[in-house]
Amino acid sequence: MSDRDVEIAVFVLLMTVMMGLGLAAARWRQPQSIHSLEEWGVGGRAFGSWVTWFLLGGSMYTAYTFVAVPALTYGVGALGFFAVPFAIATTPVAFILSARAWSVSHRHGFVTPGEMAGARFGSPGLAALVAVTGIVATMPYVSVQLLSLQAVFKTLGVDGEWPLLVAVGLVSVSTFRSGLRAPALLSIAKDILLVWVVVSGVLIVAMSGGWGTTFRRAAEHFAKTPSPADGLLLSGPGQIGYLTMVVGSALSIFAYPHAVIAIIAARDRSTVQRNTAALPVYCLALGLMGLLGLFAVANGVVPLGRDLNTITPQLFHKLLPGWSAGIAYATLGVAALIPAAVMSIAAANAFTRSIYRQYLRPDAGPAEEARVSRWASLVVKFGAVAVILLLDPAYSAELQLIGGAVILQTIPAVMFGLTTAWLHRAALIAGLVTGLVTAVAMLYRIPQLGPGGVVVKAHFGGSSWSFGDGVMVYVGLIALLVNLVVSVAGTVLLRLAKVPAGIDRTRPEDYTADVGDPMVKRLDDLLDGLPRTPGGAHTRPFAPPPHQRGVTTPRRRTRF
Amino acid sequence: MIAHCYQAMPEPDQRHRPLYWLLVLPTVAPLAVPFYNRLEPTLLGVPFFYWYQLACAVLATVVISIVYIGVRR
Repeated sequence: MSDRDVEIAVFVLLMTVMMGLGLAAARWRQPQSIHSLEEWGVGGRAFGSWVTWFLLGGSMYTAYTFVAVPALTYGVGALGFFAVPFAIATTPVAFILSARAWSVSHRHGFVTPGEMAGARFGSPGLAALVAVTGIVATMPYVSVQLLSLQAVFKTLGVDGEWPLLVAVGLVSVSTFRSGLRAPALLSIAKDILLVWVVVSGVLIVAMSGGWGTTFRRAAEHFAKTPSPADGLLLSGPGQIGYLTMVVGSALSIFAYPHAVIAIIAARDRSTVQRNTAALPVYCLALGLMGLLGLFAVANGVVPLGRDLNTITPQLFHKLLPGWSAGIAYATLGVAALIPAAVMSIAAANAFTRSIYRQYLRPDAGPAEEARVSRWASLVVKFGAVAVILLLDPAYSAELQLIGGAVILQTIPAVMFGLTTAWLHRAALIAGLVTGLVTAVAMLYRIPQLGPGGVVVKAHFGGSSWSFGDGVMVYVGLIALLVNLVVSVAGTVLLRLAKVPAGIDRTRPEDYTADVGDPMVKRLDDLLDGLPRTPGGAHTRPFAPPPHQRGVTTPRRRTRF
Repeated sequence: MIAHCYQAMPEPDQRHRPLYWLLVLPTVAPLAVPFYNRLEPTLLGVPFFYWYQLACAVLATVVISIVYIGVRR
């Protein structure tokens, strides 16, 4: 057997095991009935510290980051490292906001960020707009995950679209069956593989002369390229672009529906807080992947067919023994499918709660919600495949770029909404729409420049707006600024004009509630019609008398 | 198993307000780009720019843990 055969054998074997796990996940901590959005969509809201950590890591540190970050540092050096500081800067903010998001979601039975904004500002229209924005931003995010998977297939020498379709088909079946439990279980298995990849990455660098040699060779390489933007350090004006990318991405990451879903699937408030404390550990893995991109530069690794996404798999192929490379490929493969699953579930929930139940079928019961979400998640996944198959692959990377700037516009409604109800619903809607238009219009006007300033592509050529002299600013942040100005100014004007604001359905104590709080359950029952009592209460048509609530033994919940 | 004893929840966000200010540290540290945009001093051959940012991850974990424990008490 050649090296390549070993790689393929190990990859296929591990992927098969993973898919089996995903299918078996439906039986993991089996609920009485999975036919409710509570169970299917947020795993019964019973994930403990460890599972939450793996799930958050699995859905946020995706194959796309593990493939794109090395590709970026390979291409431009220091500038590509921005993913590391942004992932760190976001955690302290998340420590405060995610706990509040958890509490309010549990008191009101929310599963998506749109619902939070809608309840806070008393506006179903705002909820629907946030939901649509979330879905639009998520779809291309799923696409780039699948592109990363395709890069692995390409490196393995498997051409054509069928392997991608098979993989998506399998993951769709397991998500359809197991809901959020499937990606949660897979995240744990993936991280075990990820540890192996990180260890072997460190080992190959140590065996190839250490970091000193790596950086010296990389510096020589960047010195030879004509571009002034690349190098081991940022150029003077390049620092502004770096900073705005870091701030913009740090704000947007927790605005994605899939990050919110991992947070509210946690069992209690302190699980969420402990997790934000532990999340920077993933940043170390991410940073190491970034450094491996430089290592690839130093060792003359070349991408397949000018596709920079293949840098990471190519590096594994060149430097690791066949079986070990196979493990690394499987890690990337699963790391692509987990977020694809979580994102499609999150987008589906957003559709079900803020559009379907709000506007199409207001009396939809839990079982109907779960059914709609299941089918919607399929639509999202295969929609993402269609994006890849029908459009030029380079185009979906652009869509992801737009997605980041788009999701950032929900910040005033969702994140500010977690701390204040001061903003006016109409002003928020106006701000969101202005922000979206600004972001897309600016991205449209950014050309991609080749060597010597030649325009390679006229539109959607990057995410940074040039202010001349090498000063670049991340478009998402500019659009967010416009959005904020409109939201704040609009609120002031509307308040002066005495236009009635929406009625805040939440109360201050909703944002600090914890498991011990009786309201956490009661409101949940009220809004969802899901009495959470033993004996398969989900399927029961009636709620238990009030005096029984909270004193009966809760459903079996095992700590993982 | 979750304890289902319902105690009145104090306002955690109000009680330990000063402790929350510690969170500014790990937020600002990775944003101080001009400060860490340099090669020296290197650590194990890794330029300052890179190892400083990785060190920020460790700082974030430590600080958030301190705040978490302090707020819980």
